[in-house]
Amino acid sequence: MNTSEGGSAPLPTPPPEGCAGKASARTDASLLKRRNAKLVGGVVIGLVLCLAAVLAPWLTPHDPNRQDLSAIRQPPVWMGGAWDHPLGTDSLGRDLLSRLLWSSRVAVMVAVGATLCAAVIGTPVGLVSGYFRGRVDTVLMRVVDVWMSIPAVLLAIALMAVLGVGLLKVILAIVLVDWTRFARVIRGEVLALREREFVEASRAIGLGPFRIMAEELLPNLVPLLIVLASLEMAIAVGVEALLSFVGLGVEAAVPSWGSMIAEGRGYLLVGWWGMTLPMLALVVTVVGFNLLGEGLRERLDPRLRTEAAR
Amino acid sequence: MTALLEVQNLKTHYRLGGWLSRRRVLRAVDGVNLTLAARQTLAVVGESGSGKTTLGRTILRLVEPTDGRIILDGQDISRLSQARLRPLRRRMQIVFQHPYASLNPRKRVGQIVAQPLRVHRVPGNHRRQVGELLERVGLSASAAKHYPHEFSGGQRQRIAIARALALRPDLIVLDEITSGLDVTVKLRVLALLRELQAEFHLAYLFISHDLSVVRTVSDRVAVMYLGRIVEEAPTEALFERPLHPYTQVLKASIPEPAARGNWNPPVLVGEAPSPVNVPPGCRFHPRCPLAQAVCREVEPELRELAPAHRVACHLAEAPPHFYPHPPHPHPPHPPLSPSGGEDKGEGEDR
Repeated sequence: MNTSEGGSAPLPTPPPEGCAGKASARTDASLLKRRNAKLVGGVVIGLVLCLAAVLAPWLTPHDPNRQDLSAIRQPPVWMGGAWDHPLGTDSLGRDLLSRLLWSSRVAVMVAVGATLCAAVIGTPVGLVSGYFRGRVDTVLMRVVDVWMSIPAVLLAIALMAVLGVGLLKVILAIVLVDWTRFARVIRGEVLALREREFVEASRAIGLGPFRIMAEELLPNLVPLLIVLASLEMAIAVGVEALLSFVGLGVEAAVPSWGSMIAEGRGYLLVGWWGMTLPMLALVVTVVGFNLLGEGLRERLDPRLRTEAAR
Repeated sequence: MTALLEVQNLKTHYRLGGWLSRRRVLRAVDGVNLTLAARQTLAVVGESGSGKTTLGRTILRLVEPTDGRIILDGQDISRLSQARLRPLRRRMQIVFQHPYASLNPRKRVGQIVAQPLRVHRVPGNHRRQVGELLERVGLSASAAKHYPHEFSGGQRQRIAIARALALRPDLIVLDEITSGLDVTVKLRVLALLRELQAEFHLAYLFISHDLSVVRTVSDRVAVMYLGRIVEEAPTEALFERPLHPYTQVLKASIPEPAARGNWNPPVLVGEAPSPVNVPPGCRFHPRCPLAQAVCREVEPELRELAPAHRVACHLAEAPPHFYPHPPHPHPPHPPLSPSGGEDKGEGEDR
């Protein structure tokens, strides 16, 4: 340890490092208390959905596509239906519970697949645009502007009409519509981050621009990416349901909440459950992902954090 | 004494204004000449906006120079591509003003300090080298496992120093490193820097606005005003006998512990003009108490008025017998400080 200059008494050694860690832990705890509800709600709904998707083959009492014309539009058990079909059947006699559970697989695959791909495309665009600024930024952001000026739903429907139905094509359509969201938000964050001195420090060490993006900027974008991804999942699930509703989603043989809503629509008066239950599942899922995103945003947003908790 | 770093007529201008607004030029650094010998400390002082930080960053090519030459150990680096520059970055490093911003909050201290070793493929066990570096700057080797936010400002500044030291540079630019630290921490960091300078044969470009700190650390001082150096001299000469009116005001504004009662430092009228509208003639003339007609028209060049003491002022005159003793019938400038406080010899302030 150094001593102060001028020959004065040696200063005591500094306190051991890491003593500031407690303050951040306390801040985290109080934050958790305040943000509990949204985050916990979102996590629970997300977990239930994932479990349903993974375990659908073992949870379902029936083949979701097996028709039983002798038992069409059976009501759910609480309306006098049989336990054989706990949530009743649709107009072709297919078990609604089985179809709802199998549909969650489509929802989860679309949510995860589309979000991952959109992030993988949008994040590098945002990084490059925000880091280099200037002409690169102008060109990329004008492309994004033009892209975003096309109504999203219209673009998705048009793409599906060209591509044809199918799970992968649904994901592709959603990615093509939504990668701009990632590019935009990441660019904004990078514009702020690149001015921080640690970026300049790594330039002084001799890191090239792409290594700075990967090693210095990307780790700082993780909280933002997590939040963006959960909000994007809600959008992806909604768009998939919409495409399936108009018949431009997954193949007809694959159950999906959107197509179930479309099929149940004609029988609303004689069998309301056929349309309402998939709608309910859809709404709960979308709300769940939104809660997750909001809860995470409040947890991770720098403005709600103290310097010590960073 | 050969120069480790030589800066010749360095200019860093920024273009302002887009395609709709009028284009203007901000002259952050506007024709600076400097020489820094190996193992020496050159302080660059000036107000905020004087361009001293931009000067430091331009010398390291973190900001692109508009004109002029930066000669590091005989090699002009002002036109090298960033790729050709990379190996030379081993020889020059920087420590920044804000220890909170200059360390990546998402990386462990060990990763931060090892990064220069990794980037330049320094042979050997990096973990061990990082431990030694951290211990050398007064932290424990176990600090490597922690994140920057777990440390105080002074400790973080030590981490930043360890990172700058990792490549064993010849030159470190210290950019206002003490301005965020309180006094005791500041003194200990300065003492550490002095030890490191002797041990690793470092040259420092010490950028600061704090004259009292500058006086204790530097061998030479360059005073910057609006992108130019107005006076450059050995530290003691500059403080004992400042020749430029601006330096005189700066010096008089250092609070002196000996002065009792009303201490009325001279105050410059107005603020420094914007580096977008640099006044013609001497840059300092609008605020200069002694300005003459010539000052408004002709820009003064640096003139060597005493050994190694250069001043850019039309009115400054060489002191008759160099520094040692005043009684001088007509001092070139009336002393601007009303306080009669004696300077303490070995400057330790507060």
